[in-house]
Amino acid sequence: MNKIKYILQKEFLQIFRNKSMLPLIFVLPIIQLLIMANAATYEIKHINIVVLDVDHSIFANQLVLKFEQSPYFDVIGYADDNEQALDALYADRCDIVVHIPQYFEKNLRHGKMVKIYCAVNAINSSKAAVVYNYAQSIITQFSRQIDIESNRETSTIKAPDIRFANWFNPHLDYKTFMVPGILVLLVTLVGMVLSGLNLVREKEIGTMEQINVTPIGKGAFIIGKMLPFWIIGMVELALGMGVSLLVFNIPVEGSMLLLFAFAAVYLVAVLGIGLLVSTFSSTQQQAMFLSWFFIVVFILMSGLFTPIESMPLWAQKLTLINPIAYFVKVMRMVMLKGSTFYNISGYFLAMAAFAVGFNFLAILNYRKTST
Amino acid sequence: MPEPIIIIKELTRKFGDFTAVNHISFEVEAGEIFGFLGANGAGKTTAIRMLCGLLKPSSGSGMVAGADILKNPNLVKSRIGYMSQRFSLYEDLSVMENIRLYGGIYGLKKALVKKRAAQLIEKTGLNGLEKRLVGDLPLGWRQKLALSTALIHRPQVVFLDEPTGGVDPITRKQFWEMIYETAAGGTTVFVTTHYMDEAEYCDRVCIMTEGMIRALDKPDILKKKYDAGNMDEVFLKLAR
Repeated sequence: MNKIKYILQKEFLQIFRNKSMLPLIFVLPIIQLLIMANAATYEIKHINIVVLDVDHSIFANQLVLKFEQSPYFDVIGYADDNEQALDALYADRCDIVVHIPQYFEKNLRHGKMVKIYCAVNAINSSKAAVVYNYAQSIITQFSRQIDIESNRETSTIKAPDIRFANWFNPHLDYKTFMVPGILVLLVTLVGMVLSGLNLVREKEIGTMEQINVTPIGKGAFIIGKMLPFWIIGMVELALGMGVSLLVFNIPVEGSMLLLFAFAAVYLVAVLGIGLLVSTFSSTQQQAMFLSWFFIVVFILMSGLFTPIESMPLWAQKLTLINPIAYFVKVMRMVMLKGSTFYNISGYFLAMAAFAVGFNFLAILNYRKTST
Repeated sequence: MPEPIIIIKELTRKFGDFTAVNHISFEVEAGEIFGFLGANGAGKTTAIRMLCGLLKPSSGSGMVAGADILKNPNLVKSRIGYMSQRFSLYEDLSVMENIRLYGGIYGLKKALVKKRAAQLIEKTGLNGLEKRLVGDLPLGWRQKLALSTALIHRPQVVFLDEPTGGVDPITRKQFWEMIYETAAGGTTVFVTTHYMDEAEYCDRVCIMTEGMIRALDKPDILKKKYDAGNMDEVFLKLAR
């Protein structure tokens, strides 16, 4: 088993000698983290609004002012007629058109029912829902204000006063939510893609054959090949974590040790996938394509960008075999909620099962192809 | 008479319906230079891979350097050296790093690796180039280094699979001088080649066609038997 030492030594020599590998491993992920954490956000700001004000009254002006003062809306123009307003919508210049009808103020003053038409660009349905909600809350605020000013009973039924407290991310900071997830991505790329490619490279250049005729065991060789990427993955996580704390001030409520313990098991699982991919590939191109396929599916269905809860049931079931989904979840739970080992023990077990399972499959397939 | 170093009996390997190696039997004496010839696809590489413990035979048996290729392939591996037609040292490691790696994998002690590395570098004329990356060396030197590295653990048999492919005539000659030296030192050399002039340098040659052995004898005897002026003619007569 002490032959592993020589393979390890060789791997590190090769990795650190390769001038294009080093930045790929250590610099690019950090840049990725900095860019993605700032860019990947669900928060919708700067909603472009076009106002079609037919009434030209004080009330109408007050309503428009409310939109202007909102941090979410940018009033980009006023339409003279319906056609002009719709043009703006068709040309994608605005996200919503607010139509204030004639006799808006007059009807309001007389306590009559007033209708405001909002046309929302709903190509992106989730964005449309947000726009709709924002617009509605502004209009509701406005109507309350009018009611108070005119000393009227708001409505026959007093609405309960609902107040929200945002737990675990009190300021609703998007970065706090995204950064832990992005850290998962960085570790995954190293574990899954680089390890697989590295092994296939040995096949491609023929050194694998030479190693196979030496008395070194296959197990020892594979461990020697995989361990460096495990170490690099852990170092990368530490590096990314440092950046998250220093640059983004992400809170770490839970135990850092627990997080790294989980990552250690996770990396073994992901390396197993990389190994499995490499047993199916004889060229780096094939390996690249295969691991890319896995990575894209796993990431898109990991709950990193879209909540798993809103996926269809079959897709939710699929995430049960997606190790990335588990790590994203655990990362967020431990970092933001301060979950303990007891809280995540189920995920821990699942991940350990993945680690064993993927590596078992890989070794099974590795044996089959080499006899 | 000592035991032959390689004893092969009825060795066969099938890939599905295709029989790549069909019941071959032969023996190789210790210290011999044994040439293994055959056209592409004749089954040479499959045979050599079985002898090295890389591939499991479908049937038959074989002893290499006193170890059973079926029951104990790992013992075979520790007693043989191997150099394939594809260049097999790490090009992004230096001369010395490659030697250390293979020395370590074969389980040699550090001090021994150091001693043998010094001899090896002296012999291959790579003095002063120990820290040079192997990828930066000319092909001929790399091949010589690869051979020496395959011998670092002093194996009883060394398998050379088309070792001189793509090498210039001068280096080829130097390479064969190394092979002679190796054999003179007591190591059996099992070599495959496409160059028929190289076949003349062998003590005995074995010619394979379609997975079977067509001829096996000293080059002179083969030439007489097939009424040929050189090995090239012998090969063409048999391999057609």
